[in-house]
Amino acid sequence: MIKVEHLVKTFGTKRAVDDISFSVEPGEVLGFLGPNGAGKSTTMRVVTGFYPPTSGRVTVGGFDVVEEPIAAKRLIGYLPENAPGYADMTVHGFLSFAAELRGLAGDSKKKAIYKAVETCMLEGVLYQTIDTLSKGYKHRTCLAQSIIHDPGILVLDEPTDGLDPNQKHEVRALIKRMGERKAIIFSTHILEEVEAACSRVIIIDRGKIVANGTPAELKARSELAGAVRISTRSASAAALNEKLTPFAKRTEVLSEGAGGVAMRIYPVAGHSRDAEFAASIVELAQRENWKLDEIHIEEGRLDEVFRSITLPDTIKRAA
Amino acid sequence: MHTWTNIKAIMKRELGGYFTSPVAYVFLVIFLLLTGFFTFTVGNFFERGEASLVSFFTWHPWLYLFLVPAAGMRLWSEERRLGTIELLLTMPVTPWQAIVGKFLASWLFMILALVLTFPVWITVNWLGSPDNGVIIAGYVGSALLAGAYLAISCMTSAMTRNQVISFIVSVMVCLFLILAGYTPVTDLLVRWANPVFVQTIAAFSVMTHFDSFQRGVIDLRDVVFFVAVMGFALFTTGVVIRGHRAG
Repeated sequence: MIKVEHLVKTFGTKRAVDDISFSVEPGEVLGFLGPNGAGKSTTMRVVTGFYPPTSGRVTVGGFDVVEEPIAAKRLIGYLPENAPGYADMTVHGFLSFAAELRGLAGDSKKKAIYKAVETCMLEGVLYQTIDTLSKGYKHRTCLAQSIIHDPGILVLDEPTDGLDPNQKHEVRALIKRMGERKAIIFSTHILEEVEAACSRVIIIDRGKIVANGTPAELKARSELAGAVRISTRSASAAALNEKLTPFAKRTEVLSEGAGGVAMRIYPVAGHSRDAEFAASIVELAQRENWKLDEIHIEEGRLDEVFRSITLPDTIKRAA
Repeated sequence: MHTWTNIKAIMKRELGGYFTSPVAYVFLVIFLLLTGFFTFTVGNFFERGEASLVSFFTWHPWLYLFLVPAAGMRLWSEERRLGTIELLLTMPVTPWQAIVGKFLASWLFMILALVLTFPVWITVNWLGSPDNGVIIAGYVGSALLAGAYLAISCMTSAMTRNQVISFIVSVMVCLFLILAGYTPVTDLLVRWANPVFVQTIAAFSVMTHFDSFQRGVIDLRDVVFFVAVMGFALFTTGVVIRGHRAG
């Protein structure tokens, strides 16, 4: 549905997007991650036809966004960053305007507005002007505008920005539900959001793609992934350490006190099967007569992967 | 196919934008008060003792100089300030449809303001028997003049997200278009410049072309002049908008 090939976008001498390629198919939700200024919004603006690309090619549903912009734009619903809206219009007027530009009229327009209002829960503010709305409602109004024509492709630039936790949850659930049959790209800073809603993640840094995979694949890159956490009251940290050292790359004492010892054991490199590693630790515990209160296989954390990929090397060394 | 529907939708929204805020009402009241003041007090409508609207139309280029940029300054700068330009231009709409839609909306608004001056026309017809053909020509000229100024305001409005800058720049451009053909200025210029040069410059002035409408002559050349100014300014608007996006 969306195909981006070797996209480059420069502003003056700055390369905001530097040779990016990816594609999104219906049924896929692609999460765009990256630090501020990495080129997420710029990429989305090129895909939606707002910025012409400096070089490279973007096609949407088979239509080139430069050659056939109108046909391409018709297929896309777009929520720009900061969810802009005409301050002096009512929510209903705004949605009606969006529907008209999408070629809807009469009954189908009325139905489309009704459905978008229902999906985005805007019933209460339908006849308020946009400048009187709270940030959350403003965001949802703009989101409603993007889905009013039931597009096959959605491009959402930080769709949960400024929403409260409940609204964030609803919007994520909505994205996930729509992602079952649409092709969706959305950008975010919130890593848990990616895990909750995306089927695939791309991390962009300084205009380049630095990681591309499913959330699980990315998490597996984390140093933490596959580590085993145990806690026990029947041995001291020193004793545990002595016995565990041959098994592990390193061990880390998380806490030690009256409640016993909690320890994290990192597998030696190449020990990829988490369960196997955990089993060998359980076996050891039985042999040594440790009573394990808890044993847990760590999943790896996206924020750690994100930091290790996107932090400039100098800062990484300092940290 | 969708061209007219799109232009109409954009026009409707823009026109609604004037009336949902106090802008339209403030503008209309000030416009009508000022036209009245200039016609009857400064223009000596009664003392002239003739049944014509010359004292009414004479002031239009000067009145529009400040009022039209005020009506047009928000057209694009507001879109840029709010960020809605990103929404508008990612809709299945071509930039020129958006430009024309917005321009037509503001022009319709100015024409409405002009129509609301009808009491002047009633007054002059009640007091005497003027040549209504001349008056109609005057109205046509005035509407074209407003359109030309509006297109220029459109252009300056696309250049900046600051409405004040947009206003000042379009006042300056419009002022140039007035002064280039304003008799006191051309008289002064003729003293030290080549008369052909002065005439060429004056041909670009709205005054030269507006004058014949006031005399009741609808000359095709004058109509073409105003339409050309509108076309040029709106084309430039398109170039400016494309420039922002190309980066």
